Amino acid sequence: MSSKKLVLEFVQHSEIESLNTEERISKMLSLVKENKIVILEGRFRKQEEAELIQKTMESINSNFKGIEIAVINPTSENGTFFGRLRTALANLLLGDREGITLIGPATVIHEIKQDPTKLNQLSLDLQN
Amino acid sequence: MIKLFRKWLSGLFGKAFKGKNRIKLGLYGPPNGGKTTLANRVSLDWLGEEVGSVSEMAHETREIKIKESITIKNEEDGAEITFNLVDTPGIATKIDYEDFLKYGMKEKEAKERAKEATKGIIDSIKWLDDMDVVVVVLDSTVDPYSQVNITIIGNLAARDIPVLIVANKSDLKKSNIKKIEDAFPQYEVVGISAKLGKNMDAFYKKLFKLIK
Repeated sequence: MSSKKLVLEFVQHSEIESLNTEERISKMLSLVKENKIVILEGRFRKQEEAELIQKTMESINSNFKGIEIAVINPTSENGTFFGRLRTALANLLLGDREGITLIGPATVIHEIKQDPTKLNQLSLDLQN
Repeated sequence: MIKLFRKWLSGLFGKAFKGKNRIKLGLYGPPNGGKTTLANRVSLDWLGEEVGSVSEMAHETREIKIKESITIKNEEDGAEITFNLVDTPGIATKIDYEDFLKYGMKEKEAKERAKEATKGIIDSIKWLDDMDVVVVVLDSTVDPYSQVNITIIGNLAARDIPVLIVANKSDLKKSNIKKIEDAFPQYEVVGISAKLGKNMDAFYKKLFKLIK
């Protein structure tokens, strides 16, 4: 019986905070292309997420088929006044350091599901 | 240097004439949400012609399609708005050419289609900056809590672009409009069936409210 190895790499926010957008994206994508699942402390800026998708698309070939990404953000806005206040405070105090971002190769992760009632939990459907 | 100068010039004149340009209304969302079906419905309702072809296969729309000068009328007060409707390829974080093989495509054709789909996604993202108003089209039978949806909507918010969310495919049994409303409580959500033209009046009303 053959076994498959799953490699998780934790990236601290301090490792990316001095990098510019291009360098951050390039660092994440190079780790994912090594078939690693990256657990990033914090999150990308909103416009960086779009740029990450753009760069991912530019990199797609027969070996690299893209990424699966999800952000765990326990303080994410829920539309209520207190929800918005809490989000604004968290953004002010923590900035991009808030939450955790999970990025993995689409050849390894089939889907990441988030249960809206459990904001601190993600479930990963792995490829066969 | 020349590139920078051109960018500066276009920014300068772009801003000066922005008020005179027609509104660009973008249809954004993940693949297979029904963006082109909605574009066709709007165009059929007001111009009597379609925008593009639709298919069950994801990434059927692989290039930006624009239908110019669509004028819609508010029956209550007779007000009109005119916009250019921009139908964009669905945004995804992954493209696997093997998915196209399932629809009977040959490998070479499937790889070509995958390549076109990646280019389409890049174009969709590049066009975000040009939009004045965006309708995000989501399939109401699919879980809305995906990072792609959050990224699209988050990016529009970061660019201060007004957003209306369409919960499409309301005619299907598995449709769950409430789930989309719960996922994005800060936004107006309207449930429609673009295919059957169901609840389009409510859609146009919300569009008026958004643009005015």
